[in-house]
Amino acid sequence: MTVPATTSTSPVPVRSLQTRRRYGDRTFRLAMLGAAGVVVLVLLAMVVFLVAESWPALAHYGPLSFLGSDRWAPSDATAASTRPNPYGIVQFIYGTVLTSVIGLLIAVPMSVGIALFITGIAPAWLRRPLSYLVDLLASIPSVVFGFWGIFALIPALQPVVSFLIATLGKVPVIGGVFAGPFFGLSYFTAGIVLAIMVLPIVTALCREIFATTPADEREAALALGMTRWEMLRTAVLPRSRAGIMGAAILGLGRAFGETIAVTMVIGNNVLSITKSIFSTGATMASVIANEFTEAVEPFHLDSLFVVAMWLLFISLIVNIVGKLWVRRIRGDLVW
Amino acid sequence: MRTRFAAVVAGALGVAVATAACGSTGGSSSGTSANTTASKVNFGAQNARLCGSAVNTTPHYTNTIGTISGGAKTLSGAGSTFAAPMYDQWASSYNKASGVAVAYASIGSGGGIAAFQANTVAFGDGDTGMTPAEISQAKGGAVLQIPLLLGAVVPTYNLPGIPAGLKFTGNVLGEIYAHKITNWDDPALKKLNPGVKLPNMPIAVVHRSDGSGTTNIWTNYLTQTSPTWVSTLGGPSKSEGLTVAWPTGIGGKGNEGVSAAIAETKGALGYVEADYAISEHLTYGQVQNKAGNWIEPCIATVVPAVDGVKFPPSLNTFLTNGSNPDVYPIVGTTYALVYEHQTSKATAAALVNFFAWVLTAGQDENAKLYYAPLGASLQKLAYAQLKKITVNGRPVA
Repeated sequence: MTVPATTSTSPVPVRSLQTRRRYGDRTFRLAMLGAAGVVVLVLLAMVVFLVAESWPALAHYGPLSFLGSDRWAPSDATAASTRPNPYGIVQFIYGTVLTSVIGLLIAVPMSVGIALFITGIAPAWLRRPLSYLVDLLASIPSVVFGFWGIFALIPALQPVVSFLIATLGKVPVIGGVFAGPFFGLSYFTAGIVLAIMVLPIVTALCREIFATTPADEREAALALGMTRWEMLRTAVLPRSRAGIMGAAILGLGRAFGETIAVTMVIGNNVLSITKSIFSTGATMASVIANEFTEAVEPFHLDSLFVVAMWLLFISLIVNIVGKLWVRRIRGDLVW
Repeated sequence: MRTRFAAVVAGALGVAVATAACGSTGGSSSGTSANTTASKVNFGAQNARLCGSAVNTTPHYTNTIGTISGGAKTLSGAGSTFAAPMYDQWASSYNKASGVAVAYASIGSGGGIAAFQANTVAFGDGDTGMTPAEISQAKGGAVLQIPLLLGAVVPTYNLPGIPAGLKFTGNVLGEIYAHKITNWDDPALKKLNPGVKLPNMPIAVVHRSDGSGTTNIWTNYLTQTSPTWVSTLGGPSKSEGLTVAWPTGIGGKGNEGVSAAIAETKGALGYVEADYAISEHLTYGQVQNKAGNWIEPCIATVVPAVDGVKFPPSLNTFLTNGSNPDVYPIVGTTYALVYEHQTSKATAAALVNFFAWVLTAGQDENAKLYYAPLGASLQKLAYAQLKKITVNGRPVA
């Protein structure tokens, strides 16, 4: 189609209008592409940066030696010696995984319960306010959780933990895991704080997943004479199992990276793995936060970068797996 | 259905409020018990005499350098939390006297040394100065270490019902920190404190999680007095330092973090600079010194720590385990770290003016925060360091 030439009577030349639209469109697309590209670049740059900064320690001690030891003793490090590696990081991986698992074990059943309640049992007028309240938990700053953990949670936990130590702590074989003494700051306390922080994410996802249950299946179950609980158990939960897994994995990814709240309640015992969940420990995030300001010993700062590198890799992998899992279940969720 | 539902919601809210209330009362009750025991001081008559005796806490040293003109209006420093309360006091008084603002960041001796090495602050502060290796890594070249005060590191504990004045020896403290003594009613502690009903409670050991001069003073003392501590840590080179491989315990950040951890944890035992223990109303104990006497930490027992100490040219030495019969054994100083060859005249003048003031008029304020002023001989040595500061080869003072 040919474009008519401009005439003195038309207010805006049609050709230049089309050109302007084309250039405007292209600029817009480039700008948006740039914004998206920046995100990818930042991610790549972070990975490259961490590997580069941790390279001196990796080269000096050997990459695998960090994972082969659970003893972190910067005061043992000298510029020359390479064996044994004084910067073993296994206890930090253990601490991160343990606190996150404790958090999930507490949070996932509660989230499933809350989501079931919101989608199945609560009266219609309560659903939205309750959802808002749960989401509001996600907006509480992390440091506030840490503060609350120290001054409110720990005193409240004392009797509960004393009871657990007196009962589970005496059981043979697993008794060591529940042994005292309990000083408040511990893996267990950090796990509980993480449970509360992870609750909103897992609940929101479970809510979405339960809401997709076809109404006719629910009604069919009720029509067969099942009680409300039986209906939820047979019509809603079985089809949602994979979705709940995905939500849990995403919650795990969130729990791995949590720094300030965990640092305030875990006790900062960096030497090695401590067996009991009621003893003090450290996580990857907490050791970095605590030690990076004066990491003056040989290879100390570089080894903290090794810890950061591992934390980034583990968090990325868990988050990617979680997102792919959830996407498989609910392809329309923009997560 | 609706009324029953509403009842459940109301019940849930009630439980939430109750647990919040229980949590807060639990916290505050341990706080008040620490408060009441702090008032029942029980260090014995000998200590009452020593600490009650008059000590000259305002030596009125004369400032012979005078104010050098052209100094900068602001100074930045960073380092020891041991000395941080005193720096705050000095900065405020100095600002009133001269109009110069001194900003001091209390980040621990390790952090202060690192910032000073990188030349990001005008002066650093480390309780145990810098080792030759650390000085060789300092970007600005030769370093002057200037002692500014004397302070005590005190064993602080949180035991409901137990008054201040519990007796400790260096060896027992070493065994506690080495995780060999784990309970408050251990026979070793009972033997030292025969009249006290020690509870059957595990000891919550508290130490520093950051690089600390306070730790260096404390572990130096343990290394001298506790063979168990040395062997558990793997030898005298590993058992003292700004940071050590703590066999057990809770890590707190800074003297502030350790005092907070002690205040919140029943059965805690930790080490803090005396001012933190006193201002946080924590109970602290007495330690047996080299001469065998049980000494309470106070200004009168801190001042004799320099008796008989031979100071090297760098002035960097430990003051622990003194031989004076009335001295408290865990005493330290704090060293201001200043580059000998300054590059900026304004900074050099400001530094000399500030530290000349600290070493003269400032010393009269030390006792307000339970630190001791420097004795005359040490003050003279410290003051002489200031005269070594040069700019472009010419001395400033």
